[in-house]
Amino acid sequence: MRRGFGLGIAALAVLLLYPIFPVLDIGVEAAVGVPPRLDRQLVSIFIFAILALALNLQVGYAGLLQLGIAAFFAIGAFTTGVLTVEKYPFQIGFWGAILAAPLCAGLAGLALGAPTIRLRGDYLAIVTLGFGEVVRVVLLNLENITDGPRGLNPIPAPWLPAWLPGADAVDVTGRRQFLTMYYVALGLLALLVVVFHTLERSRLGRSLVALREDELVSACMGLSPSRTKLVAFAGGAAIAGLAGALYATNLTTTAEPNTYDFNTSIMVLCCLIIGGLGSLRGALLGALVLVGFDNVVSPLVTRLIQRGSDGSGGVLLTFSNWRWIIFGTALVLMMRFRPEGLWPSSRLKRELHQHE
Amino acid sequence: MITIIQQLVIGLTNGMVFALIALGYTMVYGILELINFAHGDLFMLASFLALTLVGVMDLQSAGPASIAGALVLIVALCAVFAATLNWTVDRVVYRPLRNAPKLAPLVSAIGVSFVFMNLGLFWGGLPMDVFGGGAAAAAPKAFPDLVSNENLLGIDAALRITLKDVVAFASSFAVMAALYLFVRHSRLGKAMRATAQNPTAARLMGIDVDRVVGATFAIGGALAGFAAVVYGLYFNTIHYQIGYQNGLYAFTAAVLGGIGNILGAVLGGLVIGVVRAFSDQYVGAQWQPAVLFGVLILILVFRPSGILGANVREKV
Repeated sequence: MRRGFGLGIAALAVLLLYPIFPVLDIGVEAAVGVPPRLDRQLVSIFIFAILALALNLQVGYAGLLQLGIAAFFAIGAFTTGVLTVEKYPFQIGFWGAILAAPLCAGLAGLALGAPTIRLRGDYLAIVTLGFGEVVRVVLLNLENITDGPRGLNPIPAPWLPAWLPGADAVDVTGRRQFLTMYYVALGLLALLVVVFHTLERSRLGRSLVALREDELVSACMGLSPSRTKLVAFAGGAAIAGLAGALYATNLTTTAEPNTYDFNTSIMVLCCLIIGGLGSLRGALLGALVLVGFDNVVSPLVTRLIQRGSDGSGGVLLTFSNWRWIIFGTALVLMMRFRPEGLWPSSRLKRELHQHE
Repeated sequence: MITIIQQLVIGLTNGMVFALIALGYTMVYGILELINFAHGDLFMLASFLALTLVGVMDLQSAGPASIAGALVLIVALCAVFAATLNWTVDRVVYRPLRNAPKLAPLVSAIGVSFVFMNLGLFWGGLPMDVFGGGAAAAAPKAFPDLVSNENLLGIDAALRITLKDVVAFASSFAVMAALYLFVRHSRLGKAMRATAQNPTAARLMGIDVDRVVGATFAIGGALAGFAAVVYGLYFNTIHYQIGYQNGLYAFTAAVLGGIGNILGAVLGGLVIGVVRAFSDQYVGAQWQPAVLFGVLILILVFRPSGILGANVREKV
């Protein structure tokens, strides 16, 4: 694991320095004429990676096929909204919200998981999917509380403690606000990576994997299947809620509830499958590939395709219209030819290829 | 009182459409224990084919006699199209995964569903009059009102039953009855029931299990193709995302009736149709998905075997 550790430290160092020396931006700007603002995309990638880690805990480690992760993402975002916007008296600010959002989402996960965790795999998938839809519709229709399709805003940026240098200076360009968001997201992601790395080697992590592989045998060895799974389910929900709080703060709005639909849930699952289910590094790679595709590659390709045409566009010429075909095909091909993902954990790889 | 009866009529007719789709889910699940996520989107693609054919045959301006003939042809073509597509997907995507962990075919089915949905989006961009010239690919498409919408009970009657209702209900009923007799009495139907009960034993008795599974996908697809035409005629709007929502409602129906059970799927479809009609009337249409998925969650938690399903233990 020494090599992985070195790689992690190197990646962290690059990410820490990137907003100060945005080398890639300069290169791409020279090539296409528009800066892609990669540092802003990186924040989205960090947030999405946290969401992917949450789902990885549920699907990858515990083997609970959950198709409604967007619901907990939404609960986190809207908890943040209700607790911070001016419309309500709470206004606990960012730091309070990133504690409250995971708490609410985790409780929701507990409430959904407690009666359903014993259901067989595919039924649990449908229950979570249904829950995702129920949450979205409820958020959309409770306009008195959530402002319906408009979403709650403006959500305040994270404030800095007064003892930090420059914390009280006027932030004209929004640069300091952006940097705060960047480093908070990166810091939380790094923290979670360390937590999950430890979890994989802990008693809980091992029992989860044992349950995923053979529930009957693990139960005979004295593990309590439903309690262990419930911990993973609620934990994943809480982390998704944290991602929701960051997402809403980064956008300064909860956005409309339809943002948190079934497609979002599937996209997160897609991350894991492309990167490798149950693989920590795979989840990070998956988030990078997916968000990178949606926010960086896809607009660039569209620009390149349409450069020659008259600009009217046409549905086939907009590259983002192909994303479902691309990700759908990716899911099918991965399941057929590389079910362990692009960057799997070594244990899973051995398991899936033991017959060869 | 009249409102209740009216909602019951609407609900039962809607329910027939859900039942037709639910049959495709339940038959495949009964044999493979696979939730065929792509089934709803298959239904959606068939509805786009139906609208394309309506445009090609220029039916908006045709007389009633030629419409009746053309509809039979459209139903046949849509059924064949959906059956072939479903069979092909099984052959190419799911069959190689028969011995893989259960998650693999399920995730593949989600992938296929996304591909289908995207194809539907592109299909809506075809430059045809019925697709609004193809300018807005993602916009809902109007399906022309080919069957009379006049009240059969007289213009002033309080209760409204149209020819459309009767055609949708009766034709769906006929198709389901035929399916039931087929599964009950034909040789292939018997083989299907045997395979659903125990694939290994069926194989040992000389049943070609792969052929039976292929036939199941084809029949389920044909039903979805038929349902697509009924849906278009009845609801008059199609959209590239109808597959997702109606597919899930139909799946709810299949689970409600007891998944794997053909009569159960029909019963479940009717119940879901009625629940949907009443929730639209008394709760509000904007709450429809929440009500129906709430029902789904409650069924799965409290009675996962459904109304007609036997309480089967999961195979270890």
